[in-house]
Amino acid sequence: MAKKFLRNLPARLILLVYGVVVVAPFIWTFYTSFKTSREFYQSPWALPKKITFDNYINAFVKANIGGYFGNSVYLTVLGLVLVTILAIMTSYVLARFQFIFSKFIRTVYLIGLFLPSIFGIVPLFQLMKKLGIYDTLSGLSLVDTMYFLPYTIFILTSFFATIPKEYEEAAIIDGCSYFGTLGKVMTPLAKPAIMTTLIFNTLSFWNEYVMSLVMIKTDAKKTITVGLVNIMEVQKYATDWGALFAGLVIVMIPTFIVYVLMQDKITDGLAAGGIKG
Amino acid sequence: MAAYILSIDDKREREYMRQLVEKVKRLTYKRNFFIFVCIVPTFVLFSVFVLYPMFSSFAMSFTDWSGIGKNYKFIGLQNYEKLFRDRIVKQALLNNIILLVFVPVVTILLSLLFAFLLSGKKLREKKVYRVLFFFPNVIAISITSILWSFIYHPSVGIINGFLKWIGAESLIHTWLGESATVVFSIGITMIWQAVGYYMILFIAAMEGIPNELYEVANIEGASSFQKFSKITMPLIRNVLDVAIIFNIIAVFNGSFTYTRIMTGGGPDNKSNVLSLYMYQQAFENGNFGYAMAVGVIILIITLVLSGINNRLSAKDDITY
Repeated sequence: MAKKFLRNLPARLILLVYGVVVVAPFIWTFYTSFKTSREFYQSPWALPKKITFDNYINAFVKANIGGYFGNSVYLTVLGLVLVTILAIMTSYVLARFQFIFSKFIRTVYLIGLFLPSIFGIVPLFQLMKKLGIYDTLSGLSLVDTMYFLPYTIFILTSFFATIPKEYEEAAIIDGCSYFGTLGKVMTPLAKPAIMTTLIFNTLSFWNEYVMSLVMIKTDAKKTITVGLVNIMEVQKYATDWGALFAGLVIVMIPTFIVYVLMQDKITDGLAAGGIKG
Repeated sequence: MAAYILSIDDKREREYMRQLVEKVKRLTYKRNFFIFVCIVPTFVLFSVFVLYPMFSSFAMSFTDWSGIGKNYKFIGLQNYEKLFRDRIVKQALLNNIILLVFVPVVTILLSLLFAFLLSGKKLREKKVYRVLFFFPNVIAISITSILWSFIYHPSVGIINGFLKWIGAESLIHTWLGESATVVFSIGITMIWQAVGYYMILFIAAMEGIPNELYEVANIEGASSFQKFSKITMPLIRNVLDVAIIFNIIAVFNGSFTYTRIMTGGGPDNKSNVLSLYMYQQAFENGNFGYAMAVGVIILIITLVLSGINNRLSAKDDITY
């Protein structure tokens, strides 16, 4: 037993050191969010002398974190509904039906997996203005949806292709329409894959930065990632970091909760061939 | 067959055939209607919001468009000629290349090491480390960038604080403000973010290797290193190839967010990258046409990398 422990000791040490490298920034952020700016400058490492929630209050009252947070929730929920419904319909048809252009459409979505969203951003920005959906959260959500679509279609199409055809044949014989078959039979069967895409897309919408930066101008409509970067840029000159650290904690908490609840599914989904940068 | 059907005189049978044809027509119509509803609206939206802007960007790269109004003229390859004379483009491309080499090499080596240590039955606490190491990957890149801006902060940052604490004050730097350290500092942040992701991929691949192979190696008295280099590595080779190219693509696509938030490309463009430079030219300097020419370089690099990726992914999986 002791021998086994010693043999694994170098491995344990390496893991422990890297574990500290991963965890330290989060712990530092967390306890710094309870410190006053003066305490922070005096000794950035020290624990707060007493727990105050002033930074959190400032983050909500002065820095509008609550508003940013709400905007991100709206963007994420709307986007998830859109991308999931559109991708289920497209994926099922691509997996099961042959029709004119079906191969072409499959190829386009496959290429779409790799197109860098930033390349089209300038004409997209102009287009949004023309359509009157520039500087709207719904417009941003729609655009994000389009960029996350290829990934979602990729995962769902491969899953639909693995479901035995007997299920649909039975449904059709029972007099179920195509839409009924998709909604009542195939979608429930594809639940595991849909869950995987839901988890990854939640993180994608919640964490998206580039599109939110370019497509939203009004401060009150900004999402939390862009909002926090703004706070950082403002605080840089005000040298009051408290609200920023509180903001970082506020934005990380939902991610942390999703992760703790779903981490098995996240890592399994990834290992099963999820590809998401 | 057709002649046979036409020769049927019996009225009832003819009526039956007519109904059958109607039914098939109706079913075909229903089927086509279903396909149409499922495919077309989505594809139209995708074309409008993803494909059209990409083609438009490409077309605009041959113009002198300023981004405001409709006044622009076709100037052929002038933007592309300008690219070759632009000192900042060279700097940005160089930084992209440094990141594309440095980050994947370190990321893949670290994630391979951790995957090897955390796969199989070697350690009881492996679950904790897996969950922990993957966590940075679910945090937004923009948040990670803010976080690391503080870690590197010259006066209040953890790194300089740590160096002071251990008495290595000669190693203290303004990490994001010095041209010698800035690109590598950003690179380290990218590595910290990505290691867990590739570790999970490698663990999955390693745990797919039958245990008997290792048992035989144990009987033969192989060392850990021998087992790793002679059994593990060759058997996860496909996953490894895909992971490397995947990481390269992720580094390339992610470089915008990191550089914009951590340094804005500074000091003196020493940490600028192509995507950030494109953004600056388009939205800060109003040189849309020129920005799109920079964008075309970005697109070409991404498509080449994706092409390599598809070729590697298409390779047959190893069967045991």
